[in-house]
Amino acid sequence: MEQFIQQLASGLANGAIYACVALALVMIYVSTDHINFAQGEMAMFSTYISWQLMTWGLSFWVAFIAAVAFSFVLGVIIERAILRPLHNAPVLSIIVVFIGLLAICNSMAGAIWSYLIKEFPSPFPKSSFGIAGVIGPHQLGVVVVTLIVLGLLFVFFRYTPLGLAMRAAAQNPQMARLVGVRVDWMLALGWGLAASVGAVAGIMVAHIVYLDPNMMGGILLYAFASALVGGISNPGGAVLGGFIVGVLENMVAFAGNQIEKATGIYIIGNGEKLTVALIIVITVLTVKPAGLFGRVVVKRV
Amino acid sequence: MAALLEVKGLKAFYGQTQSLYDVGFDIPNGGITTLLGANGAGKTTTLRAICNMVRTEGAIRFDGKDIAGRATEEIVRLRVAHVPEGRGTFTTLTVDENLRVAAYTRRDKAAVQADLERVFGYFPRLKERLQQQAGTLSGGEQQMLAIARALMLKPRLMLLDEPSFGLAPLIVVEIFRILRRINEDEKVSILLVEQNAALALDLATHAYVLETGRVVMSGPSAVIKDDENVRKSYLGY
Repeated sequence: MEQFIQQLASGLANGAIYACVALALVMIYVSTDHINFAQGEMAMFSTYISWQLMTWGLSFWVAFIAAVAFSFVLGVIIERAILRPLHNAPVLSIIVVFIGLLAICNSMAGAIWSYLIKEFPSPFPKSSFGIAGVIGPHQLGVVVVTLIVLGLLFVFFRYTPLGLAMRAAAQNPQMARLVGVRVDWMLALGWGLAASVGAVAGIMVAHIVYLDPNMMGGILLYAFASALVGGISNPGGAVLGGFIVGVLENMVAFAGNQIEKATGIYIIGNGEKLTVALIIVITVLTVKPAGLFGRVVVKRV
Repeated sequence: MAALLEVKGLKAFYGQTQSLYDVGFDIPNGGITTLLGANGAGKTTTLRAICNMVRTEGAIRFDGKDIAGRATEEIVRLRVAHVPEGRGTFTTLTVDENLRVAAYTRRDKAAVQADLERVFGYFPRLKERLQQQAGTLSGGEQQMLAIARALMLKPRLMLLDEPSFGLAPLIVVEIFRILRRINEDEKVSILLVEQNAALALDLATHAYVLETGRVVMSGPSAVIKDDENVRKSYLGY
């Protein structure tokens, strides 16, 4: 039982990370209809920035905030400088740009900080965080931090005029222009926010997966699975999808371990977690393409 | 009195295809003007050209300022409200959000709530549907929402693209009655594009007739209405 709860808790912690990256993917998807394959690598780069700031002597949270702010600016610049000129380009060109971005972030991080795996600190003190035997301090901290970030974003999009303008711009850009919204800037802002949320995920997960230029590769796949499960055009669904995928992969591995213990037959275990995510992607795409919470778009004619 | 909107020698292009050749007209301040014409004459394109939503050449002056070539959102910020063909509903936002987003650019945030109430005076049905997703409204309600949203911009000029499109005759009459009230009470000048020429000529003081991207006739509505060619081509009797 204790093991079950521990697995559940670590699933929730992983799920929180997937939720953030999935949300970042969805934020860009709803306004541009593209999946930013470089989202994970951008987050990894931001994580290195925070690591660099910490080695220069800044405290964790100062470095955290600085890196998140840096990511915001970087996201805005990438949109304005690289994607704006391509806004009428065919889908394939944009995919190539995303893959290029991915490669650039990855090799730049490797060139600047080397490919050696680095340890990354956790800001959550063992003494005051976590519940012994249930959830570790870092896991609990990750869940709390991501929930705060997601809550702030929800409030921003739901209750502020700027958030409303961004949603309007994503939903119907032409009409948004006709009520005076500067749609181009809304897109850039969306990129900035997505990059920031990704950075939060990267910095939170680095203590678990260690810091290296390829740390986000698997996570991006999980996040993609999460976004699909929740419905790629539904931000709330993507967040929920993140938690579902996080818990599900742990539960599958846990069940596999229990079966092995009871019968000695190995069916599935920790090594197959990523496979579980991929099975989820394929299952959702074939059975329920709009996702669990996505709406099937019906157009009035 | 100087015209609120002056258009001279307007040309418009979709890619290589030219769809306006030499369109010119004046919209007097406070008046209602209508653009008539058959399908494909360039009525919608003219409205889109004013807001720089197609590639254009020629002179467009609003309130004495040259606005040709300015970005759509900057033209809107001069308080030109465009109610587009198909109504442009933000379908996934609520009715309330559809209205509030139009006040996004306004500086006088304090007046927004009062304006909302005034808009509900014209369209009480929208108030009942405030928290409903706008995409679930009926066609007539979406048209009302589109006009209400345009009003939230506090416009000086309203461009209306076929507000009668696809609506039941009774609803059309109601909407046209409200348009007249808006013009009188809010001092909003209106440029109306309409297929329903009889209705449009009743509402408007001035009319321009477009044919394949050119103005072929213009004058006071009463005169245009009595013109034999117009009567045969557009009014059908």
